[in-house]
Amino acid sequence: MSSPLLQLTDVKTHFPINQGLIFRQHVGTVKAVDGVTLSVARGEVLGLVGESGCGKSTLARTIMQLVPTTAGTVVLEGRNLTTGSLQEVRDVRRDLQMVFQDPYASLNPRLTVFDTLAEPLRVHGVCPAAEIPARVGKLMERVGLASRFMQKYPHEFSGGQRQRIAIARALALEPKIIVADEPVSALDVSIQAQILNLLSKLCREMNLALIFIAHDLSVVKHISDRVAVMYLGKIVELGPAAEVIERPQHPYTRALVSAIPTPNPDTERTRQRIVLPGDPPSPINPPSGCAFHPRCPHALEKCKTAVPPLSAEVAGRSVACVRLGEI
Amino acid sequence: MPLLSVSDLRTYFYTRNGVYRAVDGVSFDLERGETLGIVGESGSGKSVTCYSIMGLIPQPPGRIESGTAVFDGVDLLHCTPAQARSIRGKRVAMIFQDPMTSLNPYLRISDQLIEPLLIHENISKADALRRGLAMLEAVGINDAARRINLYPHEFSGGMRQRVMIAMALITKPELLIADEPTTALDVTVQAQILELIKKMQQEIGMAVVFITHDLGVVSGLCDRVQVMYAGRIVESADTRTLFHGPKHPYTRALQRSIPALQAKGAELYTIRGLPPDLSKPLPGCAFAARCEFAVDRCRTSEVALAPAGPGHAHACLRVQAGEI
Repeated sequence: MSSPLLQLTDVKTHFPINQGLIFRQHVGTVKAVDGVTLSVARGEVLGLVGESGCGKSTLARTIMQLVPTTAGTVVLEGRNLTTGSLQEVRDVRRDLQMVFQDPYASLNPRLTVFDTLAEPLRVHGVCPAAEIPARVGKLMERVGLASRFMQKYPHEFSGGQRQRIAIARALALEPKIIVADEPVSALDVSIQAQILNLLSKLCREMNLALIFIAHDLSVVKHISDRVAVMYLGKIVELGPAAEVIERPQHPYTRALVSAIPTPNPDTERTRQRIVLPGDPPSPINPPSGCAFHPRCPHALEKCKTAVPPLSAEVAGRSVACVRLGEI
Repeated sequence: MPLLSVSDLRTYFYTRNGVYRAVDGVSFDLERGETLGIVGESGSGKSVTCYSIMGLIPQPPGRIESGTAVFDGVDLLHCTPAQARSIRGKRVAMIFQDPMTSLNPYLRISDQLIEPLLIHENISKADALRRGLAMLEAVGINDAARRINLYPHEFSGGMRQRVMIAMALITKPELLIADEPTTALDVTVQAQILELIKKMQQEIGMAVVFITHDLGVVSGLCDRVQVMYAGRIVESADTRTLFHGPKHPYTRALQRSIPALQAKGAELYTIRGLPPDLSKPLPGCAFAARCEFAVDRCRTSEVALAPAGPGHAHACLRVQAGEI
């Protein structure tokens, strides 16, 4: 197998909690991402799911180097981003771009579409200034916007169109991988479908890898080749999308899958639902052992002490549960 | 007699950019104990319908142009403020989408929880607190005796939504209006809250109007569903009929664009175009511009909800004429 495009090895992102105005005291640590090992191949779509607070957005920001890593390495095509200089990281960003959740907040309201899309081209000196308008026009058409809207401002567009602009901005430098943090969560169903189709098409046409973060499993299943399920900063299950969602093995994935309401009144009313008790625990003070054990219907004594590692891959799947095979 | 009967409700907003017809001729009935789902995309008027019934529309810029909303013999839109107060918060309660912003951050949970009881019932504060505590336990808050004295920021999102539900149900209302109560929550917490609403509904026997954009939530919870588009109801049917035999092209399109129902890798079905600008007059069917079956008369002739079977009605000229 050829080397992966992006390789994360035991990545940890911790945030210190300090208290006191004058005598700052370190009172604790939020372990937002706590030992994630993950690889993404060229052209692959990796879905990343989990509930709010599980660290999926922090992981995205860690990959982008928008927050400093506490430990571990992020390597893109042999270039280590965690130890690279600012200049090196800047160069790597040409290959690594991001799309954010809220298309209302992620575009500068004072810049026209042209300015927004031309900026990365200018900064990285991709092409002579004279060619910029033509490139911007092509970018807009690529994401399904008419190039005659170039001089319009973000407020003149709908949510779905703004998300297209954000995607065009990410594509401007022809990256190899895009990290999309909940790109469709703020959109209506009919618009969501348009954006998902667009992302799939772009990945296919440009051999673009995509890390697609979402909390909606049915969306993730539709778009992804592989899925990683996160709980409290750790990956608990990883494998091919259809396998993981149709035959989940980790008790948390099972509960997550069973919690999705299905749009079919006959099956929806009769199926057995696993309703988890309580809320996800706080990453400041995570439970001992397996972080999921207080809510897990299958937890034993040993789950309270031993942290289960992600198992070795079997048919492309790995699971972090000591009772795997018993339940 | 239905518990709530809304007829020809029109709520317009007067802004600098024109008159937005947010709700434009909505009529429906709700029986005692029934669960009605109202489904639609943002801007379809589903929330404004319920805000109008509850008297929560800011006026100006909003104005209720016409219509009645008769709750157990009293027209909520035309009654005296005193009459409205005696019903609202006691016999009709509402829960909102965002549990983070709909609790008062300055008040302890106990104070806001028992406020409806102190206002609507002749009850001592000690008795009200006892009932508040019982209610918190009923909605599944552990350690309620301690937590009742905390402030909202000390609660998680799911727990705040439970507090909201407890607050709404403490007066044992006959009607609960739930405006996307689970949209801001994680799926596992959403599952808990939906179970809770079902359980409380069985205990109190109340009717529920459940607003959502998630057809999956509707399918498990509601007896009847009403689909809204551009301020009008385009289809109304019992849940099974709507899911197995949707008639209106918009309902069909909405159902087809859900990723869960489509094969992996297949192109998702999309509705072309964008929802219409509600400040412009829309002659004919509001969906015509995006509808793949639209013909010329769809854009010109008015279309009303017409019955299509027992309890099933839709507003599509071409389906009514048997053409599609």
